[in-house]
Amino acid sequence: MSTEIKAFSATGNQMVAEAMRQAEPDVMAAYPITPQTTIVESFAKFVADGRVHTEYVTVESEHSALSACVGASAAGARVATATASQGLALMWEELHITAGMRLPIVMANANRALAAPINIHCDHSDIMGARDTGWIIMFAETAQEAYDNTVVSFKVAEDARVQLPVLTTLDGFTTSHAMERCEMEDDDTVRAFVGDYVAAHPLLDTDNPVGCGSYALGDCYMKTHLACRRANTGALSVIEEYGKAWEAICGRPFNVVDTWGTEDADYVVVVLGSAAGNARHIARELCAQGRRVGVVRPKVFRPFPAAAVAAACKTAKAVAVMDRSDSIGAAHGPLGAEVISALHEAGLTMPVKNYIFGLGGQDLTNELMTSIFDTLEDVAAGTASPALSYLGFEE
Amino acid sequence: MKLITPNIEDFNSWTVDQMPTGFVMPGGLSEHYITGGWRSMRPVWNAEACTNCMLCWISCPDSSIIVQDGKMVGIDYDHCKGCGVCVHECRFGCLELIREDQADAAKEA
Repeated sequence: MSTEIKAFSATGNQMVAEAMRQAEPDVMAAYPITPQTTIVESFAKFVADGRVHTEYVTVESEHSALSACVGASAAGARVATATASQGLALMWEELHITAGMRLPIVMANANRALAAPINIHCDHSDIMGARDTGWIIMFAETAQEAYDNTVVSFKVAEDARVQLPVLTTLDGFTTSHAMERCEMEDDDTVRAFVGDYVAAHPLLDTDNPVGCGSYALGDCYMKTHLACRRANTGALSVIEEYGKAWEAICGRPFNVVDTWGTEDADYVVVVLGSAAGNARHIARELCAQGRRVGVVRPKVFRPFPAAAVAAACKTAKAVAVMDRSDSIGAAHGPLGAEVISALHEAGLTMPVKNYIFGLGGQDLTNELMTSIFDTLEDVAAGTASPALSYLGFEE
Repeated sequence: MKLITPNIEDFNSWTVDQMPTGFVMPGGLSEHYITGGWRSMRPVWNAEACTNCMLCWISCPDSSIIVQDGKMVGIDYDHCKGCGVCVHECRFGCLELIREDQADAAKEA
């Protein structure tokens, strides 16, 4: 562990930019979009100041940004970029291509609502659109964690057992722009941890020519997808391995599922990202009053750590899952469906109440957070419906 | 990361674990893919009239004009799709485009 860590104030976006600077990608192709812009803006300054050797490609759209990243990664480069919201949506076809071609690109996403109506504030509508693409997806709660996750992302993405792109996400404004107490390791420590990326079969190796993105009919197409699924699922243990290795260096805990008070909790809330702080704040107050409540925060959404989430819920009489995006037309939100599936697989049958909250940056107040724990008691008692509801908009 | 030199005949019997990571394949495999079967029209070459000017060679989008030692020696019918560009470009009338069914009939007769 480093002995001379000095804490300082920084935003989540600054911390992501610093992590990317320390990992020093060979290529970054990016397009600015709120609330991600200050990541690539900061990085552009690192390039202009000669602090990194990165080839910085300014492009005309996010579709082009990720396309350029795909080409650079296939050529053998370490590649990073960042986006948000409509930008991530515009990257949709390349998201699938990146994962299908198994290109270890690291991309930060400052989670933001999608139009319409147009809205620049935090929710998870953008990132949940990427949940079925094959990318590994991590959610940071804090600026500090956005830094740690981004450092670990390079290691995970480029590992031969994984070879998949990673979306390292932080909540728009709440985490991307708020100043927090942060620490970072020195450049040499991070470079030694991340190491050099040597692509196994780069396009630019003209002595060993390869073809990328070839056409495949059903048989090969299915096998390629299955291999991608296995790599993504198997990445959970790799994330844990490198997370723990990073924890040993920096001294900050790294758990794929963060839990608070779940050992003997009667009521458990599952939530992603920055809202976990709100949930823990109320859980602490309720525990001080003698109630047994807990909070579960998966740090990794893809691959989904189903067993660990179910284990953290096992004592609960009722579980609330807080989704910061909706899957309109489905019975549950994206996280709700995952958790219910995980509990079912684990043979757990307690009722689960799925809340849609915080869309478009809607505040999660202490009163609303408290109402979730209160409602869970009614759900467990059978006096309230576990059916999905929009938090604060129940009728 | 796996990159195997595939036996194209065994392609469909590869296991999931044998699949090249990300379907990254050794270069040049399209040579094994016989696209000439798509052809409905066939360019026929008159070798005696040919001046080896290479206009057809440089125009062919499928690299199907076979050249050895600077001279045209034939047409690669495994990959020629019968687009007729070579026939259009030839200044010396030594390439003719005929229907595939007529070419087959000529062969059978």
